[in-house]
Amino acid sequence: MADEIVVVGTSRGGLKALQALLSGLETGFTLPMVIVQHRGKDLETGLCEYLSRSSNLPVAEPEDKEPILPGHVYLAPRDYHLLIEGASFALSTEPPVGFARPSIDVLFESAADGYGERTIGVILTGTNRDGAQGLATIKAHGGVTVVEDPATAAHREMPDAALARSTPDWVLPLHEIAIRLNKLGNALTV
Amino acid sequence: MSAPVTKTLVLEDIEIELLLEGLYRVHGFDFRDYSRASIKRRILELMRAEQIDTVSAFQARVLHDAACLDRFLLGLSVHATSMFRDPSFYSTFRRKVVPLLKTYPTVQIWIAGCSTGEEVYSLAILLQEERLYEKCRIYATDISQAVLRKARDGIFPLAAMREYTSNYHRAGGAHEFSDYYTASYDNVIFHSALRNNVVFSEHNLATDGSFNEFQVILCRNVMIYFNKDLQARVHNLLYDSLSMFGVFGLGNKESLKFTPRADFYQHLNDNDKLYRKVM
Repeated sequence: MADEIVVVGTSRGGLKALQALLSGLETGFTLPMVIVQHRGKDLETGLCEYLSRSSNLPVAEPEDKEPILPGHVYLAPRDYHLLIEGASFALSTEPPVGFARPSIDVLFESAADGYGERTIGVILTGTNRDGAQGLATIKAHGGVTVVEDPATAAHREMPDAALARSTPDWVLPLHEIAIRLNKLGNALTV
Repeated sequence: MSAPVTKTLVLEDIEIELLLEGLYRVHGFDFRDYSRASIKRRILELMRAEQIDTVSAFQARVLHDAACLDRFLLGLSVHATSMFRDPSFYSTFRRKVVPLLKTYPTVQIWIAGCSTGEEVYSLAILLQEERLYEKCRIYATDISQAVLRKARDGIFPLAAMREYTSNYHRAGGAHEFSDYYTASYDNVIFHSALRNNVVFSEHNLATDGSFNEFQVILCRNVMIYFNKDLQARVHNLLYDSLSMFGVFGLGNKESLKFTPRADFYQHLNDNDKLYRKVM
């Protein structure tokens, strides 16, 4: 089981933001990163392949009970909730939460439950309130929280909602988030 | 600073274990080997809906109040799914499985964990269009009487039909999807002929055994709620219930990889979770 985990949530504008984030991670980044990007449930968008091209780390959509590996990026599959269950993933087709499936709150709360203070939560650009509750839960469990600066985010509603719900450890412009995560990864694994 | 939260967490986990143990010993419903992350989420959500603050108080209510127990079981067994979910699964079924089934005189099908019946009606429509329905018998099972009632009623929200229609056509459906139902206000009711060869019945994958031999078993997005031990049990049960060369279908993000029966099936194609029992 990886010692720490990074969970990231975003909706509108997330594609570009995730490209920037992933391309900024060091090749030797050793933490697992799990991403919820809101997207339509109908079409297979090739999002995973698309993000792979910007990433130094392998990007994949996990299957049920797949073990969580360090240095891997995982993208929540469309039309399922993705949860952390010990050292593996669990999927669920429970109803959408706040119209979203996958839901950022569901992922974040399960990560906080399993990893506690060893969770790093990140909220990026978006146009709804998903993730605000989950980020507050991570914070309440002693985890580290990061919110993209609403002033420079492509869409500020989601960062604003997160800031209204809890006070994060860092509010950063997009390009500084990867730098911060690299530092956090190094600090935690030393 | 995180100490109080941690303490509450541990306490809550213990309470959940006690609730599930009590439910099993009193009523025989065995959720003890369900995937803990999602069942915990569900329990906390149901507690909020009942306006109860602690799992222990919820346990007392579930064990003493039959109506609350019903709501609890319903809450744990409702999943939001669609008709013809993952259209490519159904188009592959048409292309690869239908020709196999045409060679059998009769076909027994088990939809294990049918929830509110979306998959049952999807398959019934497909089989009817392929002129197979008359020789098929579909056993649709679930643990919850409440969801089985809904499945048997065949009533779905009108608002969902746009998505289902699109799925149906992408799954290779060539008719008007609206030929299969009658709309009434905000709902539609699917034609009862689709249910002629369907038997809805209660069955608990966690505790019940095999009850027939089948040529097709679909168990899609059901075992994702189970932990690995229970998944292994159910995989063995389904394997034992499937005839040689029978067809087994899983959800698109489920895998045989981490199960004891991985080597006993052959993939029907690369992209969809349809397998054939070969050992």
